[in-house]
Amino acid sequence: MDSALIPEGVKRCALWKFLLGLAVVGGVLVWGIIAMLLCWIKGLNQTNMNDYYGFALWIWADLAVIALGGGAFFSGLLKYVFGKDDLKNIINYAVLIGFICYSSALLILAIDVGQPLRSWFIFWHANVHSMLTEVAFCLSCYFAVLTIEYIPLILENRQIDKVPFFHNLGHNMHSTMAIFAATGAFLSFFHQGSLGGVAGVLFGRPFAYRESILNTIWPYTFFLFTWSAAAYGPSFTLFITWLTEKITRKKLVKNNTIYLLAKISGWMILTYIIAKSADTLYWVYQTAPAKGFNWDFFFQNNALYGKWILFVEIIVCGFVPGLLLVFKSSRENSFLRVAATFLGIIGVSLNRWVMVLQTMAAPVMPFDTWQLYIPSWQEVATTILPVAYGVILIMISYRYLPIFPQERELNPVEGADPDHAHAAAPHIGHEATVA
Amino acid sequence: MKQTQIHNEQPPRRYGMAIDVDKCTGCGSCMVACFSENNVPFKQDETDKLLSITWMRVYQLTNGKTFPHTEVAYLPRPCQHCAGQHEGHSPCVSVCPATATDYSADTGIVSQIYTRCFGCRYCMGACPYHARYFNWWDPVWPDGMEKYLSPNVSPRMRGVVEKCSFCFHRYQMARDKAYTEGGRKVQEAEYQTACAQACPAGAIVFGDLNDPSHAVNQIVKPDAHNHYKSGNPRAFRLLERLGTNTKVYYLSSREWVRRSGDNYRADEQPGMPGAAAQHG
Amino acid sequence: MFPFCFEWVWDMGHYVFHGGLWYALTVIGLGMTYCVIKAVVDTVQGKGGGHHH
Repeated sequence: MDSALIPEGVKRCALWKFLLGLAVVGGVLVWGIIAMLLCWIKGLNQTNMNDYYGFALWIWADLAVIALGGGAFFSGLLKYVFGKDDLKNIINYAVLIGFICYSSALLILAIDVGQPLRSWFIFWHANVHSMLTEVAFCLSCYFAVLTIEYIPLILENRQIDKVPFFHNLGHNMHSTMAIFAATGAFLSFFHQGSLGGVAGVLFGRPFAYRESILNTIWPYTFFLFTWSAAAYGPSFTLFITWLTEKITRKKLVKNNTIYLLAKISGWMILTYIIAKSADTLYWVYQTAPAKGFNWDFFFQNNALYGKWILFVEIIVCGFVPGLLLVFKSSRENSFLRVAATFLGIIGVSLNRWVMVLQTMAAPVMPFDTWQLYIPSWQEVATTILPVAYGVILIMISYRYLPIFPQERELNPVEGADPDHAHAAAPHIGHEATVA
Repeated sequence: MKQTQIHNEQPPRRYGMAIDVDKCTGCGSCMVACFSENNVPFKQDETDKLLSITWMRVYQLTNGKTFPHTEVAYLPRPCQHCAGQHEGHSPCVSVCPATATDYSADTGIVSQIYTRCFGCRYCMGACPYHARYFNWWDPVWPDGMEKYLSPNVSPRMRGVVEKCSFCFHRYQMARDKAYTEGGRKVQEAEYQTACAQACPAGAIVFGDLNDPSHAVNQIVKPDAHNHYKSGNPRAFRLLERLGTNTKVYYLSSREWVRRSGDNYRADEQPGMPGAAAQHG
Repeated sequence: MFPFCFEWVWDMGHYVFHGGLWYALTVIGLGMTYCVIKAVVDTVQGKGGGHHH
């Protein structure tokens, strides 16, 4: 029924199956939207946040999706600036995932602030010394870049492409994409970093505080966050690609591309986790003691904030996936590679969790107490909302847009008109330039 | 507060407090006075203290010993009006993205602009004293009580952060009066916070830390060349090692009370903390 | 964001921050303007009509 919209030469499931899937995920989406409206209409008393947990689940989700969405800027940088051309076969998907992650982050922020209608104050009355200002500006600008990177993909839809103006626009955007990608990488460097700076500059919170590098305004976490996003973001892209292949029961990206991105991700993770270990040791021996704390003070009180966190974050979800992806034999083993990317996702999410939630949980005044926090259903629903939205956007994009340039070649449709298949061949070459 | 600053020949003021913990009985008068003076909203159910707005909050400290050696002290905690390591680099002011909280170089007071705040709560995360509170609800006053609200302080709406302002509206009134009277200095007695006036034990002394004629200066003996560290051996500040450089000084003759004001590693000897930790 | 907002200060922080910001905005804005204008010109010239091979 909707076959006129589906890219030529590929097979998609029946429309009823697609709509049924949309309805199921749509149900979750509606649940999230109800919670979102409750927060907007009734206020943030709908959450379980309090004056000790001003930053909570949402800020963690924000930091986590932005780190995971880092695959978009980093693969864009690798392809357009460093000339890793093989990545053209996965970059569309990286852009789509990045677009979902960043739009989700902006949505969550819009729910998280107490006076959403005043959000523009952050731009208008910008305090340029605040890391959050830097986050807001770079995030918005980079989201614009991601939109620019996603639009040509939409214009590739079979019907839209028939309109000469859209065809020309898409073509022109492809040809200038390197400029946008470079700008995106520039913006990403700063907003990923400033998200790390958000925690690192808190000199009133010894758990999060880090000295600044070479006495600049940027604390060590600034660089660690950028680094980790560039390291773990591609892992997330790879994991979601694998998941998509499992769900569609098709090979969508050739192995050489997968191996290349996995190798890059692995080296980035390994070098990052060495830097992170050094940072942790410096904090343990220098930063925390200078403020009057033994480091293990921050890993006590309850099981949720125990020392196991450090072990899991640095060893299990840092060195292990890093090494698995660095070595050829484990990287090219499907199970180990996917396991490594999954561990990486857990690791970077855990890092963001610790930097937000544990920072809030640990008391600073000696007579103060530890606090625990359990999110309300409204917070959980609004955090799942972007996931549902992301799934829906992926479903629609996968069905109607040529996201995977190699799909046709890897999955020849049986009984297809050979002339048709032949005519489709130059298409692959063209779409290979899609950003 | 930038709009309201008047630049004249006088040296900058540095309003601050000296709170004698040994005098404080923990009666809570300061808290009540503050609520009433500043139109601080409250709810019917205030059992969850993590949701209560208390610009001034009295903490109970104990020396942790068993009977008969148990000792108790009470520590009132207003906003500490941090100056940071370089004037104005308060934990909260430096992070506010919308310039909704500001440091007045003229008075040393950390302001909060309610109509500018959009409720991101970054300042709350930055403040180690938990002196900042979020309006999770719109304020609801019991019937008739709105008539008793102070006309000099704007009530806050849902979704913004608020905190102790050192009763800044009182300063504005005193300053305006002094200005109309030939631009003279604001006298010590003309500008006092509600908590200082309400304390029955006289434990809270408020004034200009830079003015040698003010009692607070004489008590604290601040060293302007060393981040205003106190020259009084009884005095300490909360979390001095973090480098917050606060303007609220506490006094006690008891070693364990002074030690309660800061964090010490297990291997550290009791005593006054060392130089404030460096930070950017 | 603009020099007429009262909190604006002409200092290094503002130069660096707003320099970076306006640079990025300019590149994005000019890039997109170029793409759209060129697409209009191309369309008027009859490129990309119906089938693009």
